[in-house]
Amino acid sequence: MENRVSRLSIRNIKFLENGPYSMELAPGECCGLNGASGVGKSQFLRAIADVIAHGGECMLEGVSSLEFTPQKWRSAVALIPAESFWWFDDVEPHFAAVSLGDSYLSDLLSRLGFGPDVMNWQISRLSTGERQRLSLVRTLIRQPQVLLLDEPTSGLDQKMAGVVEEIVTELCIQKTCSCLWVSHDQEQLKRIATRCFTLERTEIVEMML
Amino acid sequence: MNVISLGVVDLSLAAFLLLLLAFCSLKIGLGIEKRIIFSGLRMTAQLLLVGLVLKALFASGSFPLVFCMSLVMLLVAGYEVSARQKRKLRGRTGYLISTGSMFISSFSVAFLALTLMVNVSPWYTPQYAIPLLGMLLGNTMNGVALASDRLTTDIYNQRGMVEQRLLLGQSWQEASGDIRRDCMRTGMIPIVNSMAAAGVVSLPGMMTGQILGGSSPIDAVKYQILIMFLIAAGTGFGVIAAIWLISRRLFDDRERLVVENLTKANKH
Repeated sequence: MENRVSRLSIRNIKFLENGPYSMELAPGECCGLNGASGVGKSQFLRAIADVIAHGGECMLEGVSSLEFTPQKWRSAVALIPAESFWWFDDVEPHFAAVSLGDSYLSDLLSRLGFGPDVMNWQISRLSTGERQRLSLVRTLIRQPQVLLLDEPTSGLDQKMAGVVEEIVTELCIQKTCSCLWVSHDQEQLKRIATRCFTLERTEIVEMML
Repeated sequence: MNVISLGVVDLSLAAFLLLLLAFCSLKIGLGIEKRIIFSGLRMTAQLLLVGLVLKALFASGSFPLVFCMSLVMLLVAGYEVSARQKRKLRGRTGYLISTGSMFISSFSVAFLALTLMVNVSPWYTPQYAIPLLGMLLGNTMNGVALASDRLTTDIYNQRGMVEQRLLLGQSWQEASGDIRRDCMRTGMIPIVNSMAAAGVVSLPGMMTGQILGGSSPIDAVKYQILIMFLIAAGTGFGVIAAIWLISRRLFDDRERLVVENLTKANKH
């Protein structure tokens, strides 16, 4: 896989009553993010992915998000929201934008406990955990440079949560992407993050692991 | 053949049917008697009034008067569209969009029909222009109202899905494509249905009127075909314009979904 991951700079991001927040995400770095519930962690990620109006700017290797088309920016800086949404009846068409039969895809699917027949499953019959794992795969095969994960293991058992941690950590170590991981689980953040931050209403504070 | 003129007694007899219906509703406790009587009275007053206005208008045939009349019709249609929305765009934009899209489609189609097809001289002769525009506006109003209501409601209810598609790198056109297609279909359903039923299930109102008024059925049919084509085209263009303009307002320049541009749901 090509090695093209860039540094993400977050400069004075503001939205509603929140911010300004600034931080740097080095290539291949995995940062943890926690904070009181309702403080705006999900909105912060949504502002970085540029799906809500915000002040300040985000840059990839010094290039502002405004220089990207919105589609290019969101493909490079990919947010996986806590609740995933699906719009076709079956699983397969959601993956059709990317070439199927790709070994990366089948590898991800089998590590996350899916057989090849998963593509024929109906969305309406997926469990919360299955949706969560599939939505991770759906984003990863698009090969983003930065992953913004909003409690990606909230609906998973311990074993599957471990697999997700492993996959993301590997990607970061190989420097195929970097990651900002929101979680309430302190232990999980210790396992996966190189640095950890707490989000407060008006600032983002680095904390000791 | 001359038209048989209707007298007060004839109309009263017809109105008596409505009174009978209201009486039944009262007896069985359906609770619609007040509404039936009120809308019956309102319809009578509206039509008598418009009859007088049209009489004066036909007698004068002046362009400014015809123009004023069409403007009033357009503004009322615009009001009707926004009154029927569950969620509207904030501010005056919603009203401007629905009025604007009806103006573009109905007025240009009516103008084309008057100058190219009916070929009446002068082209704004009120006997042709006003009924033609009225039929176009009435149908376009239905289409635009249905489609915009569906669009704002669907985008609001499916905002999570639309945003998910944006997050996966889709453009706003792709992310809202399914919804916009559904709305287009919804807006076109009434006219497509009436084209399908025309002549087989129902005799369209205008054609019935012409036949009752003494025209030959063949002439009436030709006019009806013309009108159906015009209505279908006018409704289609009006719906396309409204859907495009409204969805443009629901995404900002960075292709973010801004449901904040919609008002709270309006309880009917």
